[in-house]
Amino acid sequence: MKQCLVVDDSSVIRKVARRIMEEVNFEVSEAENGQEALDKCRQNLPDIILLDWNMPVMDGLEFLMELRKDPCGEAPKVIFCTTENDMDHITQAISAGANEYIMKPFDKEIIISKLKEVSLLDA
Amino acid sequence: MTPRDFDYLRTLLKSASGLVLTDDKQYLIESRLLPVAKKLKYETIDAMVAELRRSEATSLKNQIVEAMTINESFFFRDKTPFDNFENIMLPKLLEAKKAQKHLRIWSAAASTGQEAYSLSMIMQEYAAELEGWRIEIIGTDLCSEALEKAKAGLYSQFEVQRGMPVKYLVKNFKQVGSMWQVNSKIKSSVQYRQFNLLNSFNLLGRFDIIFCRNVLIYFDKETKSDIIERMGKQTNPNCYLVLGASETLVGLNDSFGTVPDARGLYQIKDQAGNKPASAITRPASGAPLAKTGTTGRNFTR
Repeated sequence: MKQCLVVDDSSVIRKVARRIMEEVNFEVSEAENGQEALDKCRQNLPDIILLDWNMPVMDGLEFLMELRKDPCGEAPKVIFCTTENDMDHITQAISAGANEYIMKPFDKEIIISKLKEVSLLDA
Repeated sequence: MTPRDFDYLRTLLKSASGLVLTDDKQYLIESRLLPVAKKLKYETIDAMVAELRRSEATSLKNQIVEAMTINESFFFRDKTPFDNFENIMLPKLLEAKKAQKHLRIWSAAASTGQEAYSLSMIMQEYAAELEGWRIEIIGTDLCSEALEKAKAGLYSQFEVQRGMPVKYLVKNFKQVGSMWQVNSKIKSSVQYRQFNLLNSFNLLGRFDIIFCRNVLIYFDKETKSDIIERMGKQTNPNCYLVLGASETLVGLNDSFGTVPDARGLYQIKDQAGNKPASAITRPASGAPLAKTGTTGRNFTR
């Protein structure tokens, strides 16, 4: 089973994302900020990370830059999932190594289409 | 709705657009016509249809026909046709037409423009290879309201996320308030025309690629055959035809043959009636195409 880490400080969003990811057969773990996510990744790298931007302790962008520096940190696909919906944020995320970008609010259909984009679901 | 009103609508739609309203499509009446009735301030759909039967007013008739035939569309819908476009059609045609350097593409049920713009965005990736080429993309649809949206090229956040890789958003769109608009390069690459597939195709000229997806399903077999036969006459040699995921040419018209190893892709037969060659054996110099430039690291298409 492929593994997904949902990183968001809102427990509601984590729950929604978890439900969608479990429906498409991912095993889901959660983190509520970038630092917690980094600790989890250093123990066990997931296949995909759904990543919020604005979070306390360590934000999503900082997390991503740290992750990509780690040995094997290039491996997980990272999909930003954030209310930040302007071109500057999107380009910043991509140059930091994000594979895809979802502007909230999202639904199951958008998540699935992005999972196909990063080749974690069959088209 | 009374059976008499339903029959009236059915006859009207068949004669005006070719659309066949089978009994299982009755639900379309509710979902498509309620917004029209509300907009025009009729109490109910029945009241609107009754008024049309009485007055036969052209503008009311057109609005009803357009609403019934509008097609839901999104960027890179179904993905496979666009992969086939990028990996099979473009390389093959670039090789076959290197003397003319002219490609004509028809999006025959263009709706709100996402299909035509998706093709244009893919071609932007090959700008260097296409240097010096004349590329025409013609988008036609029966529905003028859909075409207005296509021409404006303005889409909601939801629409630009559904099926479209973010790299295309970054490269080809600009943000306009809470909406996203295709940039002028993409917008000007497509010409839109209101057009009824029941009318003669002669004025449209000949094409190298025809996308005709998710529209034949609305026609009866006879009309489908007629459309395909007439499309076959608007083709340049090697012309490809792309149908929707649930559509097939089986039992219709044999001017196009299936391209082996490429789902939903057809190609015009040559004059001897030979079937298309396999998609896999590409001309030696034809493939794969080199993309222009690079986007950030670690990008997944």
